[in-house]
Amino acid sequence: MKKNNQKTAAAKEPLFRLSRRAQMVWYKAWLIRAAALLIALVLSALLIYAITKMNPFKVYGTMLKGTFGDSLFVKKAGRLSLNRTAWTTLRDVMTLLCISVGLAPAFKMRFWNCGAEGQVLVGGIATAGIMIYFGGSLPTPLLFACMAGASLLAGAVWGLIPALFKAKWNTNETLFTLMMNYIAIQLTSYFVAMWENPYGSNTVGVINRDTKIGWLPNFFSAGANNDFMWNIIIVSALTIAMFVYLKKSKQGYEIAVVGESENTAKYAGINVKKVIVRTMILSGAVCGLAGFIAVSGSSHTISTATAGGRGFTAIIVAWLSKFNTFVMAFASLLIVFLETGANEIASQYHFNTYASKMVEGIILFFIIGCEFFIQYKVHLHIKRSTKEVAD
Amino acid sequence: MDSMIAWLQAAIAFGTVILFGCMGEILTERSGNLNLGVPGLMYFGGIASLAGVFMYQNSVQAAIQARIEAFTAAGGAAQDWRPTGLFSFLVQQNAAAQSWDANGVLGIVIALVCGFGAAALGGLLYSFITITLRANQNVTGLTLTIFGTGVANFFGGSLVKLSGGVGQISVATTSQAFRTGLPWLSSQGVIGKIFFSYGFLVYAAVILAVLLHLFLFKTRRGLNLRAVGENPATADAAGIAITKNKYLATCLGAGITGLGGVYYVMDYIKGTWANDGTIEKLGWLAVALVIFATWKSVHAIWGAYVFGFLYWAYYYVPKVFPFIQLSRKSGELFNMLPYAVTIVVLIVVSLRRKKENQGPSSLGLPYFREER
Amino acid sequence: MEQTVAVQMQKISKRFGAVQANHEVTLAIKRGEILSLLGENGSGKTTLMNMLAGIYYPDSGEIYVNGQKASIRSPKDALALGIGMIHQHYKLVDVFTAAENIVLGLNESQSKRQVMEKIQAICEKYGFQIDPNQKVYNMSVSEKQTLEIIKVLYRGADILILDEPTAVLTPQESERLFQVIRNMRDDQKAVVIITHKLHEVLSVSDRVAILRKGEYVGAVPTEKATELSLTEMMVGKKVALDITRSQVEKKEIRLQVENLSCYNQEGGKALDKVSFSAYSGEILGIAGISGCGQKELLEVIAGLAPAAEGSSLTYFPPEEQQPKSLLGLSPKKIRQNGIALSFVPEDRLGMGLVGGMGMTGNMMLKNYGQGQPFFTSSKAPRTLAEKIRSELEVVTPGLNTPVRRLSGGNVQKVLVGREIAAEPTVLMTAYAVRGLDIHTSYTIYHLLDEQKRKGVAVLYVGEDLDVLLALCDRIMVLCAGRMTGIVDAKSTTKEELGLLMTGPMKAAYKETGLLSQEQENAQKGEGHEKE
Repeated sequence: MKKNNQKTAAAKEPLFRLSRRAQMVWYKAWLIRAAALLIALVLSALLIYAITKMNPFKVYGTMLKGTFGDSLFVKKAGRLSLNRTAWTTLRDVMTLLCISVGLAPAFKMRFWNCGAEGQVLVGGIATAGIMIYFGGSLPTPLLFACMAGASLLAGAVWGLIPALFKAKWNTNETLFTLMMNYIAIQLTSYFVAMWENPYGSNTVGVINRDTKIGWLPNFFSAGANNDFMWNIIIVSALTIAMFVYLKKSKQGYEIAVVGESENTAKYAGINVKKVIVRTMILSGAVCGLAGFIAVSGSSHTISTATAGGRGFTAIIVAWLSKFNTFVMAFASLLIVFLETGANEIASQYHFNTYASKMVEGIILFFIIGCEFFIQYKVHLHIKRSTKEVAD
Repeated sequence: MDSMIAWLQAAIAFGTVILFGCMGEILTERSGNLNLGVPGLMYFGGIASLAGVFMYQNSVQAAIQARIEAFTAAGGAAQDWRPTGLFSFLVQQNAAAQSWDANGVLGIVIALVCGFGAAALGGLLYSFITITLRANQNVTGLTLTIFGTGVANFFGGSLVKLSGGVGQISVATTSQAFRTGLPWLSSQGVIGKIFFSYGFLVYAAVILAVLLHLFLFKTRRGLNLRAVGENPATADAAGIAITKNKYLATCLGAGITGLGGVYYVMDYIKGTWANDGTIEKLGWLAVALVIFATWKSVHAIWGAYVFGFLYWAYYYVPKVFPFIQLSRKSGELFNMLPYAVTIVVLIVVSLRRKKENQGPSSLGLPYFREER
Repeated sequence: MEQTVAVQMQKISKRFGAVQANHEVTLAIKRGEILSLLGENGSGKTTLMNMLAGIYYPDSGEIYVNGQKASIRSPKDALALGIGMIHQHYKLVDVFTAAENIVLGLNESQSKRQVMEKIQAICEKYGFQIDPNQKVYNMSVSEKQTLEIIKVLYRGADILILDEPTAVLTPQESERLFQVIRNMRDDQKAVVIITHKLHEVLSVSDRVAILRKGEYVGAVPTEKATELSLTEMMVGKKVALDITRSQVEKKEIRLQVENLSCYNQEGGKALDKVSFSAYSGEILGIAGISGCGQKELLEVIAGLAPAAEGSSLTYFPPEEQQPKSLLGLSPKKIRQNGIALSFVPEDRLGMGLVGGMGMTGNMMLKNYGQGQPFFTSSKAPRTLAEKIRSELEVVTPGLNTPVRRLSGGNVQKVLVGREIAAEPTVLMTAYAVRGLDIHTSYTIYHLLDEQKRKGVAVLYVGEDLDVLLALCDRIMVLCAGRMTGIVDAKSTTKEELGLLMTGPMKAAYKETGLLSQEQENAQKGEGHEKE
């Protein structure tokens, strides 16, 4: 006779049960996300308080000030314009947004492009190279066209390589693109060593410091206080274009179908391999362009910090925004706010700037985690009553 | 010849950092979890061990000071003071300087416990978010890396200030204990230099890699764990607790990964801290090494040393082969080699489709019973 | 032979959403006996046994194992009670060896040598042949099955359930399996075989229990059963269904298939020299046990899978145009050639539709490439979606609500609606009413009949014989990738279909001349007779 474990089996009433939600009303979903963000901010504030003994409210005040300046607008030469700090913040938002926008098509296709960091860097290298070698010889419009074109091309190649192997042999793209990042970083170090200026500094220094050749110019006139207007225009245009491309174009439609189900794509007569390769060229190219914007439009130099981990942050931004480029703009703003704000605190209290990464991590954890409560319903079994949480 | 020996030594020391990171990730990935938080976990391990030892050494130093003061106040001479009772286990005498300091061996224990524990907590966080809250593994792992980088570098840069001191953080005594080579053997000529001159963690890493391999491939628990990573539905049907296995493998794996950070901080850079991002670089190399070793920890041993050898090639090639002169920039190209080699391995593995060399079949995929 | 009751199932019911899989089934499983559980597809055989194996938990009813009431909540519970089930889809880890798979999940402290000895003992006792050190990915299907059986025996199971064990085996392998099963019976184990192959039932089992549409019909000792009596019990009396079958006078050949073969992923033959013709204004039913090549047949025609060499697949466009070969054409190429071929695949959300898109997005799946060069136009799809929504009464919160969130019936309406809207000349449907409620099913039947009246050639792969008989004009039967006959739906009987579906009766029907006559017709490419 077999042993009978009927009693233990019968007692195994699970503590809670999960069920997938049909669909949550959009405002409820956003309410949950907002709540998660709030909890994360409170937690971060407590952490900062524990370390610095600063008043948590003051902390966020300081962060706001650090991000947007004392007053958002300043009067300069009789004109009202954004203050310097806010401009810098916008510039950083644009760079991060540009990379996220580049990742959007790849992620929509469920292709894990973790190689944005490298794609940005090669784009930056291409830009810097043209600035250095052709800065004096090409007319300005052509020069910019070449720089942008070269960065697009370099990024595209960096995206194309893993895509080809994915399409042909189904090589794991997550790991492949990750490795491509480090090849790009080493390549950057190589070019930094090659273009070192001054000798022995191990940096490229500001390229064309005196002539400002190849720098994205001020928008209206040389003296106007709108240094990063071009960045904003280019990235905003890209954001809108990518939104339209993904939502309205035939290629965007193909990307969506391939991302949902390769079988459906084949059923519809879509050439899946072609779509993978084409989309990754696009994704890499836009990330490469972010390198152009970072080099020509903000730092005017190239180093491994040109991407500065934004390639990785953008992955999270793109994923959390569910491929919607406008949501990405908000997410980028939030992250940059956290970074610059935390930097402000750090500099006031003479801590190092990594405090921002810490706070960023906490908030991202909460936002990632809260998606669970949007997707699933938790039924707790407390005696006979079925209580629902997280609604 | 000396340069060649130095090169090998550098390769082995370097390899040990990523070997720990890689072993932890192998254990994690064998359960089907692709944790891209390896750099973050190594940061956790490094900073926690440093902070723990720093506090330990500081408080012991303070206690020694207090006791010596009490001793001299009672009329004794400072150099005649001796620790008594249980306190004597906490301290050791620095022979050369005739001074008293915290016990280095105890420092090692504290470093290991703190480093392993902090990284395992990081693994727990990752497990909770990906397994219980069912979030995407890639995104969670990358966030863990951002978080770990932030926490470690923040405290690494501010630890001294936070504790009210000034200057650079340093835990020389414990670091010294970490770096002590094998007695007698290490002084036996070339052999001693190449094989026996390292701190104990170098040997621990090799032993651990072998043990991990034996665990994964020779024990029932290892078999069950691998089944979870290969085919969770089958494992589930066979009565294996999927969630428990995933949690355990990920947390323990994270702890082992954290030891890589401990070794780096305590031994490799001699008990100090540098905000230069090296750990992050090493962390990604550890991820690369997992692929290079085709998810087998015994292969990771030599793989790690090969990576270390390649990594230091730019520095030692001109020394060993005087006829080759490398500029610094070509040195940077040399540093590309480990990653390039890994990509080649990745491609070859996907090309050959030999099942044993692939990663676990369900790597990176979530498993929820009710959705099968 | 002494026969004690090993398992007694009392009034077991199980429901999945709208589908009642089992209704108050009472069944006894005895030791020292091989019990065949017989029934058509969807009759609830596997569901019933899954409740013994701990995969599902019954909604109501009781299970007694060895006379004691048992609650089986997991495969682990089942094994603890000595119940082991060999599923149709093997649960094995590919990169592990046979021995590793056998001991998986067991917390026993036995050395490798002991394990090997125990495996050896089991093999000798029942006559298995297996190399314990062989990796699963190097094994043939029959070796994998042997491994699954050894796996449950190793765990001490004495009540064995085999789900369609011969579905993937050659006749020789099947015979070897039966010998093993007989050995197990002689060892006083209780064995259940889930099957629908009558000759197997007759040759191997001691007793046959029959399920029909989730209900227990009865059990008979095998020696008292005949193929005909079993078929009758299995398919039941013909149910009068109120399905319209319009008469269409003008019929012309639309699709001619000759010697069509294709291979499945494992390299086996999924279709073996199938020949038939489809005519406009007619519904050609395709019957058969699931997995007999129906899916492959439609996919090859639709251009989703390649045909083997020697096949011929010709499309005859309306209005006397030149015939075209469809071989080697991709779905896109077929469309570009102006061939209006619509296909409602079995996997609705995984192949026919994009689950994450709304109705509007799904409307343009096949024709998004038309119109302006770069952008998709959303106006036409939206109009179409509106039309389908109102005409087929699709219940959806909005046209952009992901279709994944709709109920099964509404999903199918969206899919069928789109395929019909493409104004096809050939319409293929696979299990078009599977999982749907009665009302929606009738909507679909009606739509198909309407298409027929419009002059479309309809291919209807179905599983409910009553429906096939009432809806179709002709019915082709597939068995294990071969065509076993084409019969006239109005004059045939369920028994005749049942026999054709269960296989080797082909010879018998050849004698009657029914099959050869049909084949001749197909080859001539003329209108068919037997009206």
